[in-house]
Amino acid sequence: MADPLIRMRGITKNFPGVLALDDVDFTLWPGEIHALMGENGAGKSTLVKVLTGAEAFETGAIYLGGAAKPVINHSPQEAQGRGISTVYQEVNLCGNLTVAENLFVGRQPRRAGFVNWREMNRRARQVMEGIGVDIDVGKPLEGYSIAVQQMVAIARAIDISATVLILDEPTSSLNDQEVAKLFDLMRRLKADGLGIIFITHFLEQVYEVCDKITVLRNGRLVGEYAVETLSRTDLVAAMLGRAFDDLAAIQHKAAPVTGESGTPVIAARGLGVRGGVKPFDLDIYEGEVVGLAGLLGSGRTEVARAIYGADTADQGTLDVKGARPKHHPIDSMRAGMAFCPESRKDEGCLQDLSVRENIILAEQSKRGMRLMSRSEQEKIADEYIRLLQIKTASMETPIKQLSGGNQQKVIVARWLATHPDFLILDEPTRGIDVGTKAEIQKLCVRLADDGMAILFISSEIDEMLRTCGRIGVMRDLHKVGELAGDELSSSAIMAKIAGGEADE
Amino acid sequence: MSAVDVGRPGRPSRPGLLGGIWRGLRARFYGNNFLVLITIVLFAAMYIVGIFIYRDKNFGSLNSFFDMLNSNPGLIVIAAGMTMVLVSGGIDISVGSQVAMYCMMLAYFMEHKGVSAATMIVVVLVTGIVFGLVQGVLVAYFRIQPFIVTLAGMFFARGMTAMISPQTIDITNRDFMGLATKRIYFPFGGYTNAAGVYQRPFIYLSVVLAVFALLVVFTIMTWTKFGRNVYAVGGGEQSALLMGLNTRRTKLTVYTFNGLLTAFGGFLFCLFSTGGAVEKAQGFEMQAIASSVIGGALLTGGVGNVIGSFFGVLVQTTITKFINFNGTLANGWSSIVLAAIMSFFIILQSVFAYVRNKRR
Repeated sequence: MADPLIRMRGITKNFPGVLALDDVDFTLWPGEIHALMGENGAGKSTLVKVLTGAEAFETGAIYLGGAAKPVINHSPQEAQGRGISTVYQEVNLCGNLTVAENLFVGRQPRRAGFVNWREMNRRARQVMEGIGVDIDVGKPLEGYSIAVQQMVAIARAIDISATVLILDEPTSSLNDQEVAKLFDLMRRLKADGLGIIFITHFLEQVYEVCDKITVLRNGRLVGEYAVETLSRTDLVAAMLGRAFDDLAAIQHKAAPVTGESGTPVIAARGLGVRGGVKPFDLDIYEGEVVGLAGLLGSGRTEVARAIYGADTADQGTLDVKGARPKHHPIDSMRAGMAFCPESRKDEGCLQDLSVRENIILAEQSKRGMRLMSRSEQEKIADEYIRLLQIKTASMETPIKQLSGGNQQKVIVARWLATHPDFLILDEPTRGIDVGTKAEIQKLCVRLADDGMAILFISSEIDEMLRTCGRIGVMRDLHKVGELAGDELSSSAIMAKIAGGEADE
Repeated sequence: MSAVDVGRPGRPSRPGLLGGIWRGLRARFYGNNFLVLITIVLFAAMYIVGIFIYRDKNFGSLNSFFDMLNSNPGLIVIAAGMTMVLVSGGIDISVGSQVAMYCMMLAYFMEHKGVSAATMIVVVLVTGIVFGLVQGVLVAYFRIQPFIVTLAGMFFARGMTAMISPQTIDITNRDFMGLATKRIYFPFGGYTNAAGVYQRPFIYLSVVLAVFALLVVFTIMTWTKFGRNVYAVGGGEQSALLMGLNTRRTKLTVYTFNGLLTAFGGFLFCLFSTGGAVEKAQGFEMQAIASSVIGGALLTGGVGNVIGSFFGVLVQTTITKFINFNGTLANGWSSIVLAAIMSFFIILQSVFAYVRNKRR
């Protein structure tokens, strides 16, 4: 057998106060798709950063290919020079440039010192055809979907003679079809002898496409496994390091609530937004967790935004606790609604503010101009840090220093602090570790038990089945159905999502 | 492998000749270049309207068109430089004061110190490079915001102008005036004036130099690695860095090159105005920015085209021309119309950005 592409041996890395990596080994062979798994804070990103030179490490050695002499990358550029390229979740390309330019920027084919556009476009077409993507390379990149942009990023990496490709959460913003396409590409690259390091939170995807799994926990190596020898339960157990029954525990508690008497908290009738979600009806009662299922872009978020008033509905009516509030986010807040948006980075966290400031934000803006007293702020922050078990050094720590899961909890805390009657959670568990996921799911069920009405949006059907008593299904901006009680099963939901003759 | 179409869902293509032209135009002027096309169409429309309204006043003569170029060689060059800076994601508001400084340098040293025109032109160009280099270092390596750096540059240059001479100095240097009055005549397109004398259309040498500089900048921005790096840096500095581009050096080069262009534009401006004064070229930087914006450049960077900025200059000049030809309108109107046109363009740009985001 050939030499491994990468051998990392005994890697140790300290962050102030934290041992981020503790004597970790990692081996990548050619023609292998290798999943790197672990909870947030397990050290996945740090390991990758050490490999690509984005972070320095203290002890250990990295060997490339068969070389006996270890190498140290000092920058991602240097790593790229050694054939190690990374494609991030947020595509790091320039949207204003054409696809061809993005592939060749910095190394454009030239004639007599001038960029040869014709040749560049020709080669770009070749490169994109080579990975099975047929697009017009002369158009600006920003005109294409995130999925295509990612493919371009991968194409660029491969074309700069990558032998190792690191894909960091590449599938988070892709729909199923796009994911399938990406996996096709990954398998094709694997056949060409590339080594691929695949970081993801989706267990299903790991089993679909990977050959090996390396599991990290708290900066330590748990083990390296061949995919076929590791069952899902064992994988989750390896990641969590405990017998994994948390999720199962809440499954039965979420019995469908059938208190459909009295006034619903939310009653939408024919609510629709021109150019957005098509008119839909939706009732949500006290003490109920209602889910919204559907593919990416099917209109789940749009339903939430229309209810909350973030998008102005121009058709239909919305009653909140029998009253009809004005349709603007601040009115919705005053009427007792709270909306945790999907994208924590863009719409949720104020990165430079402290945990305390992030928590009190919504309550403060609901109250208006008069500043809450410091002691009151601290009381609220303290209460929710304890309630949600937010792991932070102190309430004054800037939120950007927290892990993704804890940031998410802070955002949830922000809205809980407004004591809403109706809470919208849009993808509250995306990109966070399994343990925190379970905590958030349990929290939902507990809040509902206390009488709150919750709209829960998620891409993971299993998660919704555990959490929700009733699930509305979206397809192509239409609400195509609602399932409750015995009808609830993942196959029923998928059939609804898929649509066609099957369910009509 | 089965090609799943991951691109944007294609629209049904239109058949026939018109469809072909439409597709061709779409491909060529896709997205941001479309704004340049609109500027050109807008200019053409304004000009044609002018020709009809003022047909008795020779608005349509080549002389009248050349007048627009003859009075703006400096702005043509400086707007091109400004576009480059805007594309890189920066801004340079020192160019107006710099122009005043270069005019004053030329006037003072040629008239009062007897330095030759050739020497002074070289001195001015070198000064421009140094001025740009210093601003570039502050922006690229000290990471100070371009607005602040060039605001300081603006005060400095205006102050230096007054330090050289607080008085207005007219240039009489023979070599310099020879350059300034050098005309290139065209054999056709003129008209016969009221006195019955045929007026041959001409452009000044300065216009030839300005257009040459414009083409050089266009070539650099379109066909050199440096030019494309400028677009990449303006489109996403972090991305450009991760793609292995030297973003700092690119920015440094942008400001240095813009210093050179400003000095050259200042020289051309001086050929037209033939003198130095502390208050010269007030608000010139804003005219340059306006030209770039009308020509399709975005202040957020990454988007812009020097050909667009050239037409931006023409659009602005045409407005002034309208007011002048009318004779009864107050001068204030040209600023008001300019404001309206700029608003129109900014709205157009945001509509474009909106449509594009929507599509994605």
